[in-house]
Amino acid sequence: MTREGWIRLVVVAAAVAALEIACRTGWIPTTVVIPPSAMATSLYDILVSGTHWGDILVSLRSVAAAGVLAIGLGFLVGAVIHALPPVRSAAEPLLASYYAVPTFMFYPVFIILFGVGSAAIVAIAVLLAIVAMISATLIGLDRIPRVLGKTALIMRMGPVERAFRISLPAAMPYLFTGVKLAVAYAFIGVIASEFILSGAGMGYAIAYAYNNFNNREMYGLMLLIVVLVTIVNTALDAVDRRLQARLRR
Amino acid sequence: MTVAALAEVADVSAVEDRHVRLAGVTRVFGRPGTPKSVHALGPIDLDLRRGEFFSVVGPSGCGKSTLLDVLAGLSKPTEGTAEFEGRPIDGVPAGVGVVFQEDASFPWLTVADNVAFGLRRAGVDAAEIARRVDYAVGFMGLKAFAGAYPAQLSGGMRQRVCIARTLVMQPRLILLDEPFGALDQQTRLLMGDELLRLWRETSATVLLITHALDEAAMLSDRVGVMSARPGVFIDVVETGWEVERDSRIVSHHRFGDITGRLWEKLRTESLKHLRDG
Repeated sequence: MTREGWIRLVVVAAAVAALEIACRTGWIPTTVVIPPSAMATSLYDILVSGTHWGDILVSLRSVAAAGVLAIGLGFLVGAVIHALPPVRSAAEPLLASYYAVPTFMFYPVFIILFGVGSAAIVAIAVLLAIVAMISATLIGLDRIPRVLGKTALIMRMGPVERAFRISLPAAMPYLFTGVKLAVAYAFIGVIASEFILSGAGMGYAIAYAYNNFNNREMYGLMLLIVVLVTIVNTALDAVDRRLQARLRR
Repeated sequence: MTVAALAEVADVSAVEDRHVRLAGVTRVFGRPGTPKSVHALGPIDLDLRRGEFFSVVGPSGCGKSTLLDVLAGLSKPTEGTAEFEGRPIDGVPAGVGVVFQEDASFPWLTVADNVAFGLRRAGVDAAEIARRVDYAVGFMGLKAFAGAYPAQLSGGMRQRVCIARTLVMQPRLILLDEPFGALDQQTRLLMGDELLRLWRETSATVLLITHALDEAAMLSDRVGVMSARPGVFIDVVETGWEVERDSRIVSHHRFGDITGRLWEKLRTESLKHLRDG
């Protein structure tokens, strides 16, 4: 492990230990936060008992659907905008200010359109995630060195072959940053929407536990989400770092 | 055989020896005659002999790269004709390889995969690809880096990857657009040696665009000196070097004469470029 990795581990371990001590000594009432060790045992119980496997699968399915849609549509929209400079000039200020708009305020619209359930949740998550992918696509396509385009011409490639053999791999490190962000936003969109729009899923289960004063289960589920997101993000980050390393010249 | 018949044979051999021909080539960007149009090049008349090493020097912005684009089929002449192996250049001709000044290696592929890229596209069988890649990588001194990615290499090594990628395709005409422009003087001299080796090995015709007079004088059989924009050839200098030569030629007593003559022609044009911008 790198030096930075060790420092990160020590900081996290110290924070967890401090929270454990604060909870165990009564500085923080257990009605507010339970000790991290209790969160861990709660998580273990949740996984072993299988009571929330259905919720976990519902959430992961929604995240996967929203992620795939946001990445696919975001890339397509980004590529089209990139190919049409006047459209880009018009769209870019809107894209830049997009995240100033609280997407969740549109949830009544999505309930009307899709009803209460997964479709509305996925729609909100896609809405939240898609612009990150559009922006990454624009940046990625902008950053393809002109000389690679000339090389493709010299190699007598057609537009389709050029797109797949040159443009896509050349833009991939930037596109993957968009993928990483889109997945993160998909998680946020799905879990947050489940609090208000769903009868199943991890977000719903947390809200249900909260409403029933079941702190132990609530924190166990929260820890589960943190662990899941960390695993997914670490895996994506490893790929991202490999791709970025190829850009360093 | 009559004298007339002998003369005809001589003509035919001259045509066969002519690998590239530019006749009255001009390149104007924008609609010719309009205020916003830019007359970048020409008229240019140039014949390249098969297997010769020809360099082009000229002030910045004189149209050197435009000339290369016309030869590579990346840009159409506004007037005049460009031919390669007797056929008009319309699009990128088969048998032409180009090495650009900028790093054109593919960062997502290893050195070996970069070099094999064109061969795989061409459907060459795996054993032949392996043989040619191995040779080209070894020839360019990259054997120890065959599995490395371009990001792990120096600028000079990445340029060698691009040259190797061109070399494996066995082009008959190699166009080089200031390929060593970003390298330091010592590396440039050594890369020049490798280029000369490559030229001798492949017997390809080479056209090198460069701003470095010493590079042109050292590498070339002939050096064309271009005027400030619109670029036309104001002189073509025969160097008279032996085919077997390398960078040690810079200490030859005639080397100074050649670079001196090139600079004499170029100085006025460069001043013109500086003055007119």
